[in-house]
Amino acid sequence: MKPSTIWADKLKKLTGVFFWLAIWQFAAMKIGKEVLLASPVSTIKALISLCGQSVFWSAIIFSLTRIMLGFALALVTGVLLAGLSAVYDAVRYIFAPLFNVIKAVPVASFIILALLWVRGGNLSICISFLMVLPIIYNNMLAGFTRVDKSLLEMAAVFRLSNMKKIKYIYIPQVLPYFTAACTTSLGLCWKSGIAAEVIGMPAGSMGNRLYETKLYMDTPEMFAWTVVIVIISFVVEKGFLWLLDKITARITDGFL
Amino acid sequence: MNIEIKNLSKSYNGTPVLENLSLMLTNAKPVCLMGPSGRGKTTLFSILLGLIKADSGSITGIENKQFSAVFQEDRLCRQLSALMNLAIVQDNPDKAQLAGLLKKMGLTDDEIRRPVSQLSGGQKRRVAILRSLVSDSDIVLMDEPFKGLDDDTRRVVINQVKDLLAGRILMVITHDEQDAELLGGDIVEL
Repeated sequence: MKPSTIWADKLKKLTGVFFWLAIWQFAAMKIGKEVLLASPVSTIKALISLCGQSVFWSAIIFSLTRIMLGFALALVTGVLLAGLSAVYDAVRYIFAPLFNVIKAVPVASFIILALLWVRGGNLSICISFLMVLPIIYNNMLAGFTRVDKSLLEMAAVFRLSNMKKIKYIYIPQVLPYFTAACTTSLGLCWKSGIAAEVIGMPAGSMGNRLYETKLYMDTPEMFAWTVVIVIISFVVEKGFLWLLDKITARITDGFL
Repeated sequence: MNIEIKNLSKSYNGTPVLENLSLMLTNAKPVCLMGPSGRGKTTLFSILLGLIKADSGSITGIENKQFSAVFQEDRLCRQLSALMNLAIVQDNPDKAQLAGLLKKMGLTDDEIRRPVSQLSGGQKRRVAILRSLVSDSDIVLMDEPFKGLDDDTRRVVINQVKDLLAGRILMVITHDEQDAELLGGDIVEL
């Protein structure tokens, strides 16, 4: 694509953003009550004020580390269980009902149930883990079971080592499923983790801060926190996919 | 080195595909299996490779022997280059030597290092043939290996096969008598 076309495309997207910001500002001015609808200007002011507070940054670190830990645990568990399920049918039959239940039960039910068992601080780890696990498992299982059988036969005839089979047959064919699983689950993981914190209210978390804004009817700060959550979700997703791209490029460099 | 196939039979859903087939494969001369479709050539190929089991009969002389093969489909790793597709079947590959062999098969420097998914059907076929020959095996089986190659390329490839065979047993499934002639093999009609 030409640079001029790229800029034109970006300009069109920005126009859309500014259009909705203008609508938001107009609606806030029309309503005239910040408690009901904070304007973009007061949201930005609240955000700037938050950025100057150390508790703001510590809340981000608190939530980010826990939610990402839940994601990482789900990633490892999901890949391992999917690998085992692809090899042993028994494992697949044992876990299928469990994952179907996890997918069907509303997040709120899980959060309330988990509160009985898990300390508030660890609630977001538990919830993000539970929400992500079935997505990773199902995607990876689909990837593993669709690996080209004729290539596996070839590998058996040529006596390729397990290491070579993993590197040259499994990874290239499973990688698209892994990327899709991560893209789908990262956003969900972040949102469900924050929802768990709002209900569980662990001290020092973003969810707790968000809940407090509701208690004190501080709508601009509530909007500011929401903006922060959206930005972090976006950055985490893009950052993770960038990292995955780099790792994939490193692996595939050795293919040529 | 001999492989003796005795009274080999195989049926699919009650339909016999191979019936009491007996055959001797030696490293003195390639064996070219010919015959119309459905006569069990590929079934025999799969039985020898251990991919399917025969219903009855015996095969002797393959104990502790290693196979390499050209399948009906290329079965190459599509993301890998031609060079890497050869290198992965060796324990300590000499990439310069492998590149030289690929060039003899008519591939250019650029084509050797491109993912095989970007090569033409004929080029992929040549890589698959070469892979079976550079692998450390005792027995080479080829199922319609020269399919899709033009006459000139076919001659070059068959000469390479003869050069690289180095005393191994070769069984080729083909529909073309000329292939058998060029290979200097015995024709066995199924």
